[in-house]
Amino acid sequence: MTMLKMVVCIKQVPMVSELPWDSRTGTLKREIAEGMMNPACKHALEAALRIKHEHGGHITVITMGPPMAAEVLYEALTLGADRGILLTDKQMAGADTLITSFTIARAIEKECPEFDLVICGSQTSDSETAQVGPQLAEELKIPSAAYIESLECWGETIRMKRLSDDFLETLEMDLPGLVTITTRHFHPRYATLSGLEEAFQFSDITILSAEDLGLSPDCIGMKASPTRILDVFSITAEKENYVMKGAVKKILEEVFEKFGDKISSAMGKDLKTHEHSD
Amino acid sequence: MKKTGKEIWVFGDYRNYFRNRVTLQLLAKATDLAKKAGNPVCAVIFGSNIKEYVNEYIAHGAEKVYVMDHISLKGYNVETYVILMEMLAKKYKPEMVLVGATCFGREFAPRVAKRLATGLTADCVDLEMNDDGLLLQTAPAFGGNLLAKIITPIHKPQMATVRPGVFKELPHDYQATGEVITVPIPKKLPENRVRLISSRHESARINKIEDAKIVVCGGRGMGSKQKFRKLYALAELLGGEVGATRPVVYSNWADHDSLIGQAGRQIKPLLLLSFGISGAIQHTAALIDAKFIIAVNKNPDAPMMKMADVAIVADANQVCSAMIREIKKRIRE
Repeated sequence: MTMLKMVVCIKQVPMVSELPWDSRTGTLKREIAEGMMNPACKHALEAALRIKHEHGGHITVITMGPPMAAEVLYEALTLGADRGILLTDKQMAGADTLITSFTIARAIEKECPEFDLVICGSQTSDSETAQVGPQLAEELKIPSAAYIESLECWGETIRMKRLSDDFLETLEMDLPGLVTITTRHFHPRYATLSGLEEAFQFSDITILSAEDLGLSPDCIGMKASPTRILDVFSITAEKENYVMKGAVKKILEEVFEKFGDKISSAMGKDLKTHEHSD
Repeated sequence: MKKTGKEIWVFGDYRNYFRNRVTLQLLAKATDLAKKAGNPVCAVIFGSNIKEYVNEYIAHGAEKVYVMDHISLKGYNVETYVILMEMLAKKYKPEMVLVGATCFGREFAPRVAKRLATGLTADCVDLEMNDDGLLLQTAPAFGGNLLAKIITPIHKPQMATVRPGVFKELPHDYQATGEVITVPIPKKLPENRVRLISSRHESARINKIEDAKIVVCGGRGMGSKQKFRKLYALAELLGGEVGATRPVVYSNWADHDSLIGQAGRQIKPLLLLSFGISGAIQHTAALIDAKFIIAVNKNPDAPMMKMADVAIVADANQVCSAMIREIKKRIRE
């Protein structure tokens, strides 16, 4: 079997579990949020690493974002990727999924024209659209399969499994092709600190701007994106928001006294609202 | 009376029909959107032997159904359906295309949008029509407890996906009539580059939590995998289901199928008990239809606490244990 030339698309996202909230406005203090590799992208990279370890191969990781997004490329190189590509340019900012996939496709065509397999995470934790992978395949005019849970290389094709709307499917796809990987399997390995240090010193990272890709500012970024955000607002509904504090036992007595009817009607059963009633 | 406005299309996603009602829900929403400018509401359906679905769509609000019915379309192949949708949309030029955010729809819609070079908003929780005939698409946005209103001002069709369970279907109307437009399939369809080798129906507990009257949801604030198990005991007592947040699923405290959130399931229980969940938008966007929410968290400022009817400032694990005891005492045997 020939060794696969793989491209893994990754994204840096804010660390969701440790988001610094502004309690006054209920919004995220994004400027102090730490970045991390998007979870599904880690699984995508793990899938590529397993193919490489089993059959050999070459892995290029590619990301688009601000200069600090290079961090996730270093992390990927530490874990075993061979080359990193950072697409960074103020003109690229604000791209929606249509334009993001357009931009990444042009970079892949320019830098890795011989690729066999593109692997993406099925969705990102910050926007969760799950659209960039399938759109990238369309842009590259290659076949694709989304939400893949496991895959095997069979020479000119790959075999894949996925759970799609209650159907467990086995699929076969011609290469070159693209898959998006879920977080169900391919549990990622972790980078060691010494490995990271080494990656920072000896790594192969190419930084490309719009100009390097030969892309005019009119066809990238927010300017070229068909969707527009009109307004952003809070979904905190107009609820009574009854706040209870103090001893747990007392709180619960009050919960059943005041809201026992809500609980019992949802259960479809009678509950005693007072502990000692009847 | 025949309407002359621009059409609103709903993609007919009929696989697993009795569980997947999203097409009917979208037809209801499209009917609502069409009131303003009198747009015809249309369904588009591909497959083999699909007449029963055509009738169903008409009974649920479709005034017109575009049908491609051919034996070669029976495989529910995404690639083929994308090609057909592109072809139809280029020919009939719909104003809007709505697609259910099933696994199939979430792969299908972005590829169609790409081929039509238009915008697509994922996982809308609300759709409205403004005075200019633009579709106001409300979708969860990153950065706190926020929703964004998104439009596609210039490009056509305006496209959106909506998760199952967000909208409510119209009652079945046996008297309804609709126009059926049978479109022949192209003479030569390209060969499938992705081939289905096998498919097995997995009738797991997939949709149970979506329909549950009571959901007990837990986050990292439960403390540990072992303590998280208590939520199952509580859910059993209440006759409910257990949901989990992303960090919990990633830590393997709960199965992926119980993930409540944008990447997981959308719920609409009468009662939601939320334990140790701070409430990132990816989670809370999936529970805005919960009727009554009791949240427990040590942090009174957590977004989940702010959106609750009752916010209990305490340790989630302790309150869970106490609640199990209290319910046991109060259930009338």
